[in-house]
Amino acid sequence: MSTLHTVNKSPFEKTSLAACLEHVSAGAAVLLLEDGVYAALTRTSVEGQVKSALDNVKVYALGPDLQARGLLEERVIPGISVVDYAGFVDLAAEHDKVQAWL
Amino acid sequence: MSETIKNFLYLNRKAPYGTIYAWESLEVVLIGAAFDQDVSLAFVDDGVFQLTKNQHTSAVGMKNFSPTYAALGDYEVKKVFVEKESLEERGLSLDDLQHLTWEDEDEDWAEKDSIHLVTRAEMAAIMDGADVVFSF
Amino acid sequence: MPIEVNGKAFETDEEGYLANINEWEPGVAEVMSKEDDLELTDEHWDIINYLREYYEEYQIAPAVRVLTKAVGKKFGKDKGNSKYLYGLFPYGPAKQACRYAGLPKPTGCV
Repeated sequence: MSTLHTVNKSPFEKTSLAACLEHVSAGAAVLLLEDGVYAALTRTSVEGQVKSALDNVKVYALGPDLQARGLLEERVIPGISVVDYAGFVDLAAEHDKVQAWL
Repeated sequence: MSETIKNFLYLNRKAPYGTIYAWESLEVVLIGAAFDQDVSLAFVDDGVFQLTKNQHTSAVGMKNFSPTYAALGDYEVKKVFVEKESLEERGLSLDDLQHLTWEDEDEDWAEKDSIHLVTRAEMAAIMDGADVVFSF
Repeated sequence: MPIEVNGKAFETDEEGYLANINEWEPGVAEVMSKEDDLELTDEHWDIINYLREYYEEYQIAPAVRVLTKAVGKKFGKDKGNSKYLYGLFPYGPAKQACRYAGLPKPTGCV
């Protein structure tokens, strides 16, 4: 049983990401999208939190949302995979269910 | 029309695109600029993300309004305050933001910087100094 | 109601502004001005083209006072006033020139 967790809120404004990371099981995947992609940036105050999650789960960020916000892929934390909409669909299909952290 | 010039501060604390606040604020600023008032913009917390360079929205199918910030100078908006601590917490520096300018008609249209990097303490003083604060 | 330009239909909103700015072609301005009984001169086109450039750069239609200032700077001080612009576009630069240029109604214009 593996779950795809989605986080679409900024980690600097809401606790959605923190709550998600505290509840994920090993082997799960976390997809950052919309304002959630800000958590994928290096040198932020939540970088440590995201990096330690990478030991446990796979983390993805939605490319179109990064581009819209002017965030270049080179600024994304190594280990986070950038996916497009087709990749989002694949992730949803590969996992047993999708859980959204709003 | 009233002769009293008030000092309006538009306080921007939301990231663009995820919610409509950033665009709504910008529209209100542009509309409000038609009235002769002293207007300043403050970018605090996630609001600093509004000013990042290289925004490309075609893949998400939304209007890219980041070029509109560059029009603020034409609308006599010359004071844009960005909070240093907010940038740092988000891994950003001034170099990641657009370069906004206004042209000084009295000095042969010399281009001057609109963005001023201020500390949190300075931002608090700017807020205190405003007659009216509009929050977005 | 759509307008017809060179046999092609262009969708407009209830106030006659083009629905899709990217569809614009000069014929749109020609057809719209003909409906207003206005003949477009080079001076009209200067303003229409300037509005399109402004929108392309800033993604908004300029407010009238921003437009007048910019026109004065670009085309000469004698043209940088609302009298000149209203002389060209009697219904107002926003309502008429922006519409001919295929731009949406300027922000804050009622």
